[in-house]
Amino acid sequence: MNRINQKLKEDKKLLSIYFTAGYPNIEDTVPVIKNLEKSGVDMIEIGLPFSDPLADGPTIQASSTQALKNGMTSDILFEQLKDIRQSVSIPLIIMGYFNPMLQYGVEAFCKKCSDVGVDGLIIPDLPVDVYNSEYKETFEKYGLINVFLITPQTSDERIHYIDSVSDGFIYMVSSASTTGAKVGFGNEQTEYFERIANMNLNSPQIVGFGISNNDTFLQATEYAKGAIIGSAFIKHLTTNGVNSIDKFVDTIL
Amino acid sequence: MSYNVNEKGYYGEFGGAYIPEMLYPNVEELRQNYLKIMAEPSFQEEFNALLKDYVGRPSPLYLAKRLSEKYNTKIYLKREDLNHTGAHKINNTIGQILMAKRLGKNRIIAETGAGQHGVATATVCALMGIECIVYMGEIDIARQAPNVARMKMLGAKVVPALSGSRTLKDATNEAIRDWINNPVDTHYIIGSVVGPHPYPDMVAKFQAVVSEEIKSQLLEKEGTENPDYLIACVGGGSNAAGTYYHYLDNEDVNIIAVEAAGKGVDSGESAATSVLGKEGIIHGSKTLLMQTKDGQITEPYSISAGLDYPGVGPMHANLYKTGRAEFIAITDDEAMTSGLELCQLEGIIPAIETSHALAVFEHKKFKPDDIVVVNLSGRGDKDLQNYIDYFKL
Repeated sequence: MNRINQKLKEDKKLLSIYFTAGYPNIEDTVPVIKNLEKSGVDMIEIGLPFSDPLADGPTIQASSTQALKNGMTSDILFEQLKDIRQSVSIPLIIMGYFNPMLQYGVEAFCKKCSDVGVDGLIIPDLPVDVYNSEYKETFEKYGLINVFLITPQTSDERIHYIDSVSDGFIYMVSSASTTGAKVGFGNEQTEYFERIANMNLNSPQIVGFGISNNDTFLQATEYAKGAIIGSAFIKHLTTNGVNSIDKFVDTIL
Repeated sequence: MSYNVNEKGYYGEFGGAYIPEMLYPNVEELRQNYLKIMAEPSFQEEFNALLKDYVGRPSPLYLAKRLSEKYNTKIYLKREDLNHTGAHKINNTIGQILMAKRLGKNRIIAETGAGQHGVATATVCALMGIECIVYMGEIDIARQAPNVARMKMLGAKVVPALSGSRTLKDATNEAIRDWINNPVDTHYIIGSVVGPHPYPDMVAKFQAVVSEEIKSQLLEKEGTENPDYLIACVGGGSNAAGTYYHYLDNEDVNIIAVEAAGKGVDSGESAATSVLGKEGIIHGSKTLLMQTKDGQITEPYSISAGLDYPGVGPMHANLYKTGRAEFIAITDDEAMTSGLELCQLEGIIPAIETSHALAVFEHKKFKPDDIVVVNLSGRGDKDLQNYIDYFKL
């Protein structure tokens, strides 16, 4: 069974952490992954940097720009990850925009993911319809789970459709925003969390955007299976580098 | 085979809507409504009245006698430079502001490079009394001060795009991010035939008035609706899309698309997307774009800010791929020379974008009885400083 599905079966609320590959330094990718696992994180999203990250706010944009300046590429990322499964067993997901994958070749990219032991992908700008008609078979051939996003504006009908195409979890964007734009939750989010919880979807949901501390982690996971932290962790890396990751995770769990 | 968009939003293999889920409700709302709204008689009436009385349409189709003599062919200039605000851009912003009103939106965002589309958007927002926010790269704000001032006078808020290369591509990213953060009350007026479906088709349809007029004006002057050649410059490609629109599937009419070669196609400083670009995704559309081997979008260069875009609309990508259009790349120097030539032969100062289209006559020989229509897409007032610097005037 895919490591993501195994993790989703565990009887606990999950903490997933996003970071940008090759940030703050090009060689930091593997140390960040190892330290995150050691700190008790449940899942890791490895950001493949892109020149034009449309869905991201200033924090993740800046980390992508820096990672690209550091020389990060798809090939270098796969090279860095080639022995990762000798030392970590945590589920690994690559999150990135579609164009770099398209240039790599979608099948070649999926094969590389499978070779190094990546379990899934999150591609914000690959629409569910295009995935379904053109790429689903390839993802399945390499045992990769593709994760789709929903937002407070997504209609019930479309959520059910996305649920039917999902075979891991659904990435629940907490509010209409880019990453890191809003901190904390209001009534609107609580209503949205309740609405989704009451839909009894097949796929567990993990909430992202707006989570930065223990309070927001608890709020998000009151209804959902887990929560994802991105911008807040990038800020921590910017200030502290790779060595005190456990301290950051302690403030969340 | 049609060169128009299909029901799924593709031109051949190009187009589509490669957007994050956060944009889906907005783009889908537009997709479901744009054709219906455009077909409403009240929409048509308001659109046509504004084009006539506010923009000053129809724009003349002018037989350029001295230019024709010099190149020994028959050259007509479609005078979009005579529109209100000085370019074709306003055809689209008039259409989209009426669309936004009917969709119940009360906040407008736009991106701009040189500031022409920003000015055209600020203009229609002032006209309708709607809030207007224009994203513009920090570098472009510094080099296009007069247009920044125009937008401010018209009541728009100009927000600098500080990310990436701080030019048009990044201004577009910032506008898209604004739309993600404001999904309910805001309409995004894209300035060219780029972006996710239905934008390329909608903008092309608003610009199609250009070729509609060419047809009737040519019929009157030449007894035929069909020129032998249509020539337009292509950055994103909206003036070209308007020029070609009603002739796309009429293969008696040859289409020439003119891109900016910058300092030369192989110089590393160019915006000739058809030659230098590869298939990929930019701003929600599958098209040709300039990028690294690793799929990172690169920064183009042209002396003309309006052609300085790393992609091209999906309609044009398909015209290139299928060979329906001939693509010609013109350098900075060739364009500037041809721009000055038009001043001296016809008494018209063209925008530098348009000067690229005019330089085709130095590259390609036409027959004496060929009818060649060039879209004179904009006037050169905004480029005066560039002309002054270049020619040491």
